[in-house]
Amino acid sequence: MEFLIERLPLYLDGAWVTVQLTIGGSALAFVLAMLFGVLGTVDHWLPRAVSTFYVEVFRGIAALVLMFWMAYALPIATGFQLEDRFAAIVALGLNVGAYGAEVVRSSINAVPKTQIEATVALNLGWFQRVRLVVLPQAWAQMLPTFGNLIIELMKATAVAYLIGVSDLTAIAQQMRSSTGETVVAFIGAFILYYLIAQVLIFGMRLLERRADQRLGRTPPSGGLMSLLRTPTIGTGVGVAK
Amino acid sequence: MMFWDFEWTFEIMPDLLAGLWVTVQVTVAAYLMALVLGLGIAILRRLPGFGPTLHFVMEFIRTTPLVIQLVFVFLLAPSTVSGMTVGILVLGVHYSAYTAEVYRSGIEGVDQGQWEASRALSLPASRTWGAIVLPQAIRKVIPALGNYLIAMFKDTPLLFAIGVAELLTEAQRVGSAGFRVVEAYTVVGILFLLVSIPSAILIRRLERRYAAV
Amino acid sequence: MPPSDTPQTARPQGVEGDALIVFDKVVKRFGDLTVLDNLDFSVAPGERVTLIGPSGSGKTTILRLLMTLEKVTEGLIMIDGEPFSHMQRAGGMVPANESYLRARRKRIGMVFQQFNLFPNMTVRKNIIEAPVHVLEMPKDEANARAEELLDLVGLGDKIDAHPTQLSGGQQQRVAIARALAMNPEILLLDEVTSALDPELVAGVLDVLREVAENTDITMLCVTHEMAFARDVSHRVLMFDQGQIAEAGSPDQIFGDPKEERTKTFLKSVLDNGP
Repeated sequence: MEFLIERLPLYLDGAWVTVQLTIGGSALAFVLAMLFGVLGTVDHWLPRAVSTFYVEVFRGIAALVLMFWMAYALPIATGFQLEDRFAAIVALGLNVGAYGAEVVRSSINAVPKTQIEATVALNLGWFQRVRLVVLPQAWAQMLPTFGNLIIELMKATAVAYLIGVSDLTAIAQQMRSSTGETVVAFIGAFILYYLIAQVLIFGMRLLERRADQRLGRTPPSGGLMSLLRTPTIGTGVGVAK
Repeated sequence: MMFWDFEWTFEIMPDLLAGLWVTVQVTVAAYLMALVLGLGIAILRRLPGFGPTLHFVMEFIRTTPLVIQLVFVFLLAPSTVSGMTVGILVLGVHYSAYTAEVYRSGIEGVDQGQWEASRALSLPASRTWGAIVLPQAIRKVIPALGNYLIAMFKDTPLLFAIGVAELLTEAQRVGSAGFRVVEAYTVVGILFLLVSIPSAILIRRLERRYAAV
Repeated sequence: MPPSDTPQTARPQGVEGDALIVFDKVVKRFGDLTVLDNLDFSVAPGERVTLIGPSGSGKTTILRLLMTLEKVTEGLIMIDGEPFSHMQRAGGMVPANESYLRARRKRIGMVFQQFNLFPNMTVRKNIIEAPVHVLEMPKDEANARAEELLDLVGLGDKIDAHPTQLSGGQQQRVAIARALAMNPEILLLDEVTSALDPELVAGVLDVLREVAENTDITMLCVTHEMAFARDVSHRVLMFDQGQIAEAGSPDQIFGDPKEERTKTFLKSVLDNGP
């Protein structure tokens, strides 16, 4: 225990890098998911084909392979060297964004057709329809799966140490090699990963609750503390890996 | 093309394909383990006393990164145990935390009346599970389980971290030995697509076939 | 090929000349199923027409074609002397594209059987969203209009409620207010009381009676509420198998139906109806 408390600042530095990768990767993934997800619902074949191409390619390649490619092949192929952390964020964002795009697409398609008909009857244009009616309703449906994806993305950040990013896993390795204490060194990292995940789960629950309230669905009984009930993540089909 | 050498690409193909073969072996072995272990956990969790502890352990496994789990177990394992064995074990256990949830949702999806009917017929627990509940539950979750096979395949590059000679490790080895990495890593990406796109199509077919029931 | 027994009363004299809505040999097929079979009819400005007939006879399809939720298979729909289902291009007629429809659809409003309120918006938002974004009405004006309309439908106190907090009848009254907020010249009512519990029907019909009395909105109404149809409509069209079986004034159709099909249908509605 003392071992960990003494080295806590180092661990927190590593955890901070992990959090940065998670936030950066999620932000990029979110933008890509929205963009390609909405494209996947357009009537015309061309945007749909673009969307399918993005989803299949970047979902099909493992995040670590993408990361290696960004870090080692891209500079040689293009002469353009990405900063390690940035390469990790781009690879994670591209990969998880592809899973997210599928979630966005299917959530939009799950909005009842009658709602679309109502927008036609009110003569809303395509953009107004998507912005005012379709996305707000699909949002509540997307959130639970987004929650799983964000946890998967956070976990996937750990591979960034393999391209030289000093994240939490890298710190655990350093601690181990400098002290020889494998078990303690790693347990410190495990606990921090676990805590980060719990914070993310809690945050996503809050968002889900707000989204449900906005649709006029009754929130689960109990106060804020009810959000701390034991979570079940990773039950969805097609969770990002 | 300055950065792409076809001759070199052909030269490294045998090594990369050998790496792919290791990847496939690891995936199949770990997946079988996850299927069996996950089912065991799902059933155990319904027994009194086991629920909360197992739930916490499974959640801990699910919310911490696979790669650090791999490295941790590899470092602690006796040196006689190969990286490949560690890889299969850790992947299998990690994924059983997911498959257990899938089985659980399948089991909970079986109509309560089925349990009551089994009780009414005085079936022993083994028959209730083996002949009534599990066949119905598993049928429903086949597509979800299939998704985890693809997911696991895409997680095998993490075995690079413990030196298993899978696809990515091989690419890194031959790439850096020849000072040409673009071809190696690009071919790895393409090989991944060649496996994952057809399997995604296959899963969609499975979904149509089973989920409709 | 309309059978010879289709009466010419489908086109009452005097309507054709200054008609607001004209269906010209309209055919609608879904796959092999012909829902509207060479349909001709027209509606005068300010006229209130009720469409009755057995389910599957094509009444709802007429409303959906006018709302552009479906496209005609053959034939032409005109509104105010201008092609609506099609547009002129290079000397010929081609199916209307989205921007052409958007410019003309503004004049038409619709109330649906299942209300179709937006669950992500309050009652107020449901009503002001289209006036603000489509008609570019200033927000203050749209709000004032929303309050006025909600008073009209008797729900002035529900302006900040969510649709899910309202009963079916209340939701449908909000849907009527939402449609009226767009100041439509033509209002399409598609079985607006069919999804309601019996005790909620009267409230919705009362609102519609009031709208009919106090405005000159042209109305096309598909309903099984025969008393309502008799009260508010100028003309009743009896549909069967995608064609107009009989047309006439409410008194004639309900009091003295000529066609056997009309008699059978009216009898079945009166026997089993609400």
